[in-house]
Amino acid sequence: MSEDPRGDRRKWHERLQVTLWTLIVPPTVWAAHFLFSYLWAAISCAKQGDFARFPTLFVAGTVLALAAIALSGWIAHRQVRMPGSPPPHQDGTDIDRLRFLAKATLLLAGLSFVGVLFTALPVVFIGDCR
Amino acid sequence: MSLHDQDDPALRAAQEQRLREVWAPPKGLFLRWTDTNNNQVGNWYVLTAFAFMLFAGVLALIMRTQLAVPDNDLVGPGTFNQLFTLHGSVMMFLFAVPMFEAVSIILLPQLLGARDLPFPRLSAFGYWSFLIGGVFVSGSIFFDAAPDGGWFMYPPLTTRTDLSGLGADIWMLGLSFIEVSSVAAAVELIVGVLQCRPPGMRLNLMPLYAWYILVVAVMILFAFPPLIAGDVLFEMERLLDWPFFDASRGGDPLLWQHLFWIFGHPEVYIVFLPSIALFAMLVPTFARRHLLGYPWIVLAAVGTAFLSFGLWVHHMFATGLPKISLGFFSAASEAVAIPTAVQIFVFIVTLWAGRVVWSTPLLYATGSLAIFVIGGLTGVMVALAPFDWQAHDTYFVVAHLHYVLIGGTLMPLFAGLYYYWPLVTGKKLSDRLGRTAFWLIFVGANLCFFPMHLSGLEGMPRRVFTYPADLGLGGLNMASTIGSFVIAAGIAVIVLDLCRSPWRQMAPRNPWQAGTLEWLAHPQDENWGIRSIPLIESRYPIWDQEDFVRKVDEGRYFLPDAEEGRRETIITSVLDARPVSVIRLGAPSWKPMLTALALGGVFILTTYHLYWLALVSGVATLAMVLWWLWTGTAEIPEKPSKPIGHGMELPLYISGGASPGWWAMFITMMADATAFSGLLFGYFFFWTRHADFPPPDMAAAPGIFWPMIALMLALAGWVATVAAREIHARGGIGAGRLLLLFGLATSLAGVPAGLAGPWLSGMDPATHSYPAIVWTLAIWTCLHAAVAAIMQAYVLARSLAGRMTPHHDADIRNVTVYMHFFALTAACAYATIGLFPEVA
Repeated sequence: MSEDPRGDRRKWHERLQVTLWTLIVPPTVWAAHFLFSYLWAAISCAKQGDFARFPTLFVAGTVLALAAIALSGWIAHRQVRMPGSPPPHQDGTDIDRLRFLAKATLLLAGLSFVGVLFTALPVVFIGDCR
Repeated sequence: MSLHDQDDPALRAAQEQRLREVWAPPKGLFLRWTDTNNNQVGNWYVLTAFAFMLFAGVLALIMRTQLAVPDNDLVGPGTFNQLFTLHGSVMMFLFAVPMFEAVSIILLPQLLGARDLPFPRLSAFGYWSFLIGGVFVSGSIFFDAAPDGGWFMYPPLTTRTDLSGLGADIWMLGLSFIEVSSVAAAVELIVGVLQCRPPGMRLNLMPLYAWYILVVAVMILFAFPPLIAGDVLFEMERLLDWPFFDASRGGDPLLWQHLFWIFGHPEVYIVFLPSIALFAMLVPTFARRHLLGYPWIVLAAVGTAFLSFGLWVHHMFATGLPKISLGFFSAASEAVAIPTAVQIFVFIVTLWAGRVVWSTPLLYATGSLAIFVIGGLTGVMVALAPFDWQAHDTYFVVAHLHYVLIGGTLMPLFAGLYYYWPLVTGKKLSDRLGRTAFWLIFVGANLCFFPMHLSGLEGMPRRVFTYPADLGLGGLNMASTIGSFVIAAGIAVIVLDLCRSPWRQMAPRNPWQAGTLEWLAHPQDENWGIRSIPLIESRYPIWDQEDFVRKVDEGRYFLPDAEEGRRETIITSVLDARPVSVIRLGAPSWKPMLTALALGGVFILTTYHLYWLALVSGVATLAMVLWWLWTGTAEIPEKPSKPIGHGMELPLYISGGASPGWWAMFITMMADATAFSGLLFGYFFFWTRHADFPPPDMAAAPGIFWPMIALMLALAGWVATVAAREIHARGGIGAGRLLLLFGLATSLAGVPAGLAGPWLSGMDPATHSYPAIVWTLAIWTCLHAAVAAIMQAYVLARSLAGRMTPHHDADIRNVTVYMHFFALTAACAYATIGLFPEVA
C-alpha cells in the first residue's frame, strides 16, 4: 500500500509529522489508562464501597486505550515500511530519522498494549474492594 | 571564510589563541571558584558526590559492625537510627542523583560536540546548592542531630515534634534545597540534549547516553516535585501544626507515603538509567562494533520511564489499601521487567556479535549486570503482593534494594570511572588495581547481601539496632559484616588508584579507540570543549567519517573562532539538528555561588526557626536572581548575526519556541505544575478518605465569591500579558507597556483576593485537614500571583530600559509561558476550593 505507483501522493498516515511527541503517544495512553484505573477503583471503593463485576466504565476505558495504542502502532508500522534505506536507520537522512522514530513508536506501542492488558487483569480476577 | 582559509596555520593559531583566551578559567585562590565551565563544575560535582558516597559508606560500616554479633552495644538505638537514615538519604540524594548530574555535566557537551551546556551558570548554581545542602544534612550527625526517621521519613512519628527532634527539619529543608538543584540540572540537561546537538546529529544519530539523559531529566521533572509538595505539607505540619498527616484532625499519614513514593520509585530508575547509559557507550567500544538494536534501547529507556510512575504503591502493599489497587501496581511492577530486560539483552547480543576486548571497564559492566539481574529477580518476587506481605520490612528487602543499587548504579559508575578517567585527566587508571578492586567489590557485595535474603526470610526486621542470639541469625549477620568490609576494601583500592593517578604517564588520545564524539578530547585538554563543531553523519563519527578528527582539530567545521571574544555555542533544531542560532554563554561569575548561598540561607535559617532572618535571606535571593537575569540574559547582541563557516550565517538573538530560554521556562513550569498537582492530589485524597469532605461545619467555607474573583483577576492578567506580547511584537511598544501595567495590577490584586476566601470565612488551618489544604492551595496560588507581578514588572522595566524591543522580545515571551501555567494553576486551584465543595 505504501509503495504508491503514482509517485509522491502519500497516504494520510505517511504525511503525519513524526516527532518526539508522537513517540510518547502510546506510553502516554498507558499512563492515562493507569491513572484512570487507579482513580476509578479508589473512588468507587471509597465512595460507593464496591463496584460491579464487569463495570462498564472500566471496560470502555480499557477498550478505548487499547484502540488508541493499536492505532498509533498501526500508523507507526506503516511508517516503518515506507520506502527508504533498510535498517539500521543510521544515516543522516529524513527517511532514516522518520523510520527510526516510527520503529521506536511501534515498539512502545507493543509495550504499552501489554501494559494496559496487565493493568486490566486485576479487575478480571478481583471483583470487589476488600 | 571558506574551507580553504583553514589551510593557513597562522590563521588557525590565531583562532586557537582567541578561543584559549575566551575560555581561560579564572585564576587565583578565590576567583577560581567562580568558574562555570562544565569541565570544572562537573569535576567539583563528581568529587563532592564521591566524597558523600565514602561518608555514607563509613556510616554503613559502623552499622554492620554493630550488627556483626547479637546483643552488641557499639552504638545505641538512637545513634543507629541516625546512621541508617543518613546512610540511605546521603546515598540517594547526595550520591546517586547528583553523581548522574555531575557525570552528565562533564560528558554531555563532549558527546554533543558543544562548547558547553546552554546554561553554565545554572550548573554552577546547582553545584553550590548541592554542596551547601549536602554539608548541612551530613554534618548534622556530628552534633547528634541527624534525621532518624528512616530515609522515607514516615509520619506521624516524624511530624510530631514531641517524638522527633531537629533532624526531621534538617532532612526536609536540607534535601528540599538539593531537590532545587536537581530540577536545575534537569532543565540544563533537557535543553542541552534537545538544542545543543551538533549540526546533522538527527534524533536517530544521537548517542544513546543522550537519549537516556533526556529521559531521566524528564523523569526528574515529574518525580521530584511531588516530594517537594510533600515537603511543603510536612514542614507546615511541623512548624505551624497544620494537620495534614494527623489522623485525629482529619489528616492521613498515608498521604505522605503516596507523595514520597510517587517520587521514590521513579527515583530508583532515575539513578539506574544514567548508569546503564554508560554501558551503551562502552559496550560498543569494547565489542568493536555498532550497538545492535538502537531503537530497542530507546524503547527500553522511554518505556521504563513511563512504567516507573505506575509502581509507587508497591512500597505500600502492607498499608491496607484495597486489593484491586494493589493489583494495578503489581501488574505495572511486573510489566517494567520487560523494558529492563530488553536493554540487558541488547548489551549481551552486541557483545555476542562483536569481537570483545576484555578491558577493566567491561569487567565492571558485566559483573554489575550479573548483580543487577539478581536484584531484578527478587524485585519480581516482592512486586507480588502476597510475597511482599511476608517479606515487607525485613532484610529480604534490604538485600533486594542493595543488589539493585550496587548492580544498577554503583558498579556501572565504577565502569564509567575506569572508562572515562582518561577523558577527564588524560591518564588511564591501573588495570591491575582496577581488577583487584572489582573482585573485592563483586565478592564482597554477594557475601554481604546474599545472606540478607536468608536472614530476612527467617524473620530479621530491617532497621533494628540489635537482635537476640536465640534468633540464630548470628552467622548470617557475621557473613554480611565481613562482606561489607570486603566491599570497603575494594573501594579503598579504587581510591588508592585515583590517588596515584597524578604520577602516571599521559595516555594516548582516544585510548580505547572508541567511535563517539567525546573521545575527540585531547589528553592535554583545552578548556574550549571542542575546536570546531562538526557536521555529524554517523552514530560513530570517529569510526565512520573520513578524516574526522583532523578536520575537527584544524577547525574545518563550524564556529572555529571567537572573533568577538565571547563564549559561544550553536543551537540546532530538535528533530534534525539544523543550525538555528549562535548563543552567547555565561562567563565565570560570583552570581551563581552567591545566589545559592542566599537560597541556602532561606532553608537553613528556617530549620532553626529564625524566620525573620530567613525572610531577609529570601529577599536577598530574589534580588540576586533579578540581578543575575538583568545582567546575564536576553542580551541584545552588537550585530544581528555572525558567520559560522561554510557560508552559513546564524542569528545571535532568538526568542520564543526556538530559544533555549523559552524551553528552560517551559520545563521549569512543568516541574512547578507537577508540584502543584501533588498538592491538588492531597485535596482529593482527603475527599476520598472522608465520608464528609468538606466537614459539615465548614461546608460554606471558603465560599464561591472570592475564589471566583481571584480567578477572574488571574485570567485577566494572563490575557493582558498575551495581548501585550502580540501587540509589542507588532511594534506597539506603548500599548504593550500599558497592557503589562494592567496585568501587573491584576496580579497584585489577585494576592489579597486569593487569600480573602479562607480568611474572611474564618478557616483555622490548625483545626482540620480541610482548612489546612484549602489554605495551602490558596497560598501556593497567591505566591504564584506575586511572582507573576514581579515578572511583569521586570519585563516592563526591561522595555523601559531599552533592553527589550519588538525584535528582541525574549523576556516577554518567556514570561508569557509562565503566565500560561499560572492561569492553569489558578483555574485548578480556585475551581477546586471554590466550586468543588458545591458538588462534593
